[in-house]
Amino acid sequence: MCGIIGVIDRTKARMDGSSIKKALSLMNERGSGEGAGYVAYGIYPDYPDCYAIHVFFDNLVEPKSKVDEVLHKWGRIVHQEEIPTYEQPCLKREHIPWRYFYRPYTEFIVGSNNPAEDIIKHLVMTVNSTIPGALIFSSGINLGVFKAAGWPEEVADFYRIEDYKGYIWLAHNRYPTNTPGWWGGAHPFNLLDWAVVHNGEITSYGTNRSYVESNGYKCTMSTDTEVVAYLFDLLGRRHGLPSEMIVEALAPQFWDEIDLLPEKEQKLKRTLRLTYGPALMNGPFAIVVATSKGIVGFTDRIKLRPLVVGENGSRLYISSEEAAIRVMDPEVKSIYMPRAGEPVVGRFSQ
Amino acid sequence: MSLGSVPLKYKISIDRDQCMKCMRCVDNCSYGVYRIEDDKILIDSRRCTACHRCISMCPRDAISLQEKPVDYRSHPLWTAQAREDIINQARTGKIILAGMGNAMDYPIIFDRLVLDACQVTNPSIDPLREPMELRTYLGKKPAKLEFTKSDKGDIELKTELSPNLKLDTPLMIGHMSYGAISLNAQLSLAKAVAKTGTFMGTGEGGMHESLYPYQSNMIVQVASGRFGVDINYLERGAAIEIKIGQGAKPGIGGHLPGEKVCSDVSCTRMIPLGSDAISPAPHHDIYSIEDLAQLVRSLKEATEWKKPIFVKIAAVHNVAAIAAGIARSSADAVVIDGFRGGTGAAPKVFRDNVGIPIEAAIAAVDKKLNDQGIRNEVSVIASGGIRNSADLAKSIALGADAVYIGTASLIALGCRVCGNCYRGLCPWGIATQQPDLVNRIDTDVGSQHVANLIHAWTLELSELMGAAGINSIESLRGNRERLRGYMLDEGMLKVLNVDPVGA
Ligand code: SF4
Ligand code: SF4
Repeated sequence: MCGIIGVIDRTKARMDGSSIKKALSLMNERGSGEGAGYVAYGIYPDYPDCYAIHVFFDNLVEPKSKVDEVLHKWGRIVHQEEIPTYEQPCLKREHIPWRYFYRPYTEFIVGSNNPAEDIIKHLVMTVNSTIPGALIFSSGINLGVFKAAGWPEEVADFYRIEDYKGYIWLAHNRYPTNTPGWWGGAHPFNLLDWAVVHNGEITSYGTNRSYVESNGYKCTMSTDTEVVAYLFDLLGRRHGLPSEMIVEALAPQFWDEIDLLPEKEQKLKRTLRLTYGPALMNGPFAIVVATSKGIVGFTDRIKLRPLVVGENGSRLYISSEEAAIRVMDPEVKSIYMPRAGEPVVGRFSQ
Repeated sequence: MSLGSVPLKYKISIDRDQCMKCMRCVDNCSYGVYRIEDDKILIDSRRCTACHRCISMCPRDAISLQEKPVDYRSHPLWTAQAREDIINQARTGKIILAGMGNAMDYPIIFDRLVLDACQVTNPSIDPLREPMELRTYLGKKPAKLEFTKSDKGDIELKTELSPNLKLDTPLMIGHMSYGAISLNAQLSLAKAVAKTGTFMGTGEGGMHESLYPYQSNMIVQVASGRFGVDINYLERGAAIEIKIGQGAKPGIGGHLPGEKVCSDVSCTRMIPLGSDAISPAPHHDIYSIEDLAQLVRSLKEATEWKKPIFVKIAAVHNVAAIAAGIARSSADAVVIDGFRGGTGAAPKVFRDNVGIPIEAAIAAVDKKLNDQGIRNEVSVIASGGIRNSADLAKSIALGADAVYIGTASLIALGCRVCGNCYRGLCPWGIATQQPDLVNRIDTDVGSQHVANLIHAWTLELSELMGAAGINSIESLRGNRERLRGYMLDEGMLKVLNVDPVGA
């Protein structure tokens, strides 16, 4: 189950969170009140070059002082505050959401193409695996994840999602089956610039997990979606693959199809599949991934989960349900369903 | 004072009312259990090895065989076997030889691992209606891809793949040499792998001319004795395997008795007729991992870097560290042979007591290679006691890319695991060089049986994968989520990196 929806405005016009809240709530059939969440890109124009680090704290004493200590070691906290929240009748407050705007000391890392990102990734892995009572669930620049265990509307009202304005939004309504519903387990999952919403179950999780862990990531959220964010980070940021090629690695064509391609393409796809075999994802899934450059949606290779695409002018929508798109944008045009494994990409028009 | 004889193991009897005196049992038993005297079939049960040849050939189902109840005083420590071995050694003063795999009663870890299946939240995949991909490439893989930008701004792939073997199913037939097994046995296996799109090993005995038509499905072996190795041999193989050790007898070399070295075997192995072929315990040019790396590279150089090089080791206590060393030696695959691997002949004390089970070895190697971030760069092939498609699936979930089977393929040719291969009298024409016995294998029929077996396991593997919601073999590899341990102790669960059932 689970309902997902994503939207990008290709002119970078910013949209507030009210309509995506409505769209997600429409898919309540696909959830169980145990998790919902939103991510928006472009919401922190006041801190355009700081990493926005969102943390769930169990309390503001022990875990927070430990996190502060690690952050101080690796960079400068430009600003920090509790993320504003508003009590909801049915939403049990389990953690205190906090945000830091942060600049890492890049000179601390030598021999890296991307010292700042390497530091942030290190911080996320360290905090999440070693500091009990603290969980970094969002760590990108000018973007933020807002999630909790509850129904979409409650979660949206809890964070007052309509107060934020972004040019990309993803949202997720959770029906947990393989892991318990808890705040950290709600989607979107994020690492640095990558945020992921996912409907399905990844049966290759064990293989994908050991692959990302052997590349220095640590899976701590006890759910399969986490690896998708790490796979995108590994293949996209560290190995430099363009997003279409990442999708091809994660949901490759079948060998029978590859065998029929012209030699050059065949060679590329064979090499890609052999190199990234452990990144291949199996099982039923529909996924939308966002970065500050755009969004990409795709399904598993035999399309065991639904995915619908709609367009209207500069807006591109990707969702589990056509109705959800229509709630967001009643004027939406050219609704279609992509083929299994086919990536749907939305990029900014400069 | 004499020690006397030890009691016989099996008791053969013929139902005289059923028997029609066709004499097939007399003709078929190469161990001389049956003889005719005065038109009567006499039985010498003491010679019986329970190879079942007579039983399977008797048209009247007249023969019955029983394991003879032990008439020693029962004792938990001094078992009949322990006492008989002592009696035999007291009499001969020699090492006790044994054939086939480890015959000790160790718990079988495979049987304490259970596989997963989908229910509700996640649909099973039906292999009859959906594609199921078992295609496996063995060989080196790049750690990451590199691209260049052409003048026109097109992105071009820069990374070149090393040569890989392409298998239609992650199942191959392991190395059993000409000498240890007969030419007809090898030919049957060769035709079967060619039919099913997979590979077999030549073993350390060279490659007989009649196998040349199947050479593109054969992996040639370079063992410490270098028997049959020349450039022609290396070039014929689809891949080359350096054998350091073998699961049935880690730490020792091989011994093919002179009696088995007939003229054909002598030509193929490049050794004098009738001479003992003794391969040394170590390769005399390998005393370190650097030496191994040199041999790997020399073999690559000799074959113009066109063939993957495998290195086979026995599963021993620090197998993971050794495998990691091999992975970094520019070898393309590491083969790990567990302590249940079969053999033509081994000292019994080795076969039954040296090495570790393959299940633990695969898991340990997979973990080490993962920890070092190089798991996908090298292939892992597991062997030694793989009995069915479930063992195959579990091996892959524990971290193997593919498996070799040995004994299972011989059983498909008739072998009844009687354990007497070292005597060269195999009544099924497998572990023998006697022409009359070898001729008992019709290679067309034999190959069909072996091909059927490979096909059947492949179908079962697809079903198991489909049930677990997986449609490509890459996603089963090293996937511990799809395994649970049942009645395994905590220490073993940790080594296997598997959760207990219910977790
Ligand atoms: S094969 Fe069977 S029927 Fe023929 S002689 Fe032997 S016991 Fe009798
Ligand atoms: S190969 Fe022949 S001798 Fe060896 S165990 Fe099998 S049947 Fe017995």
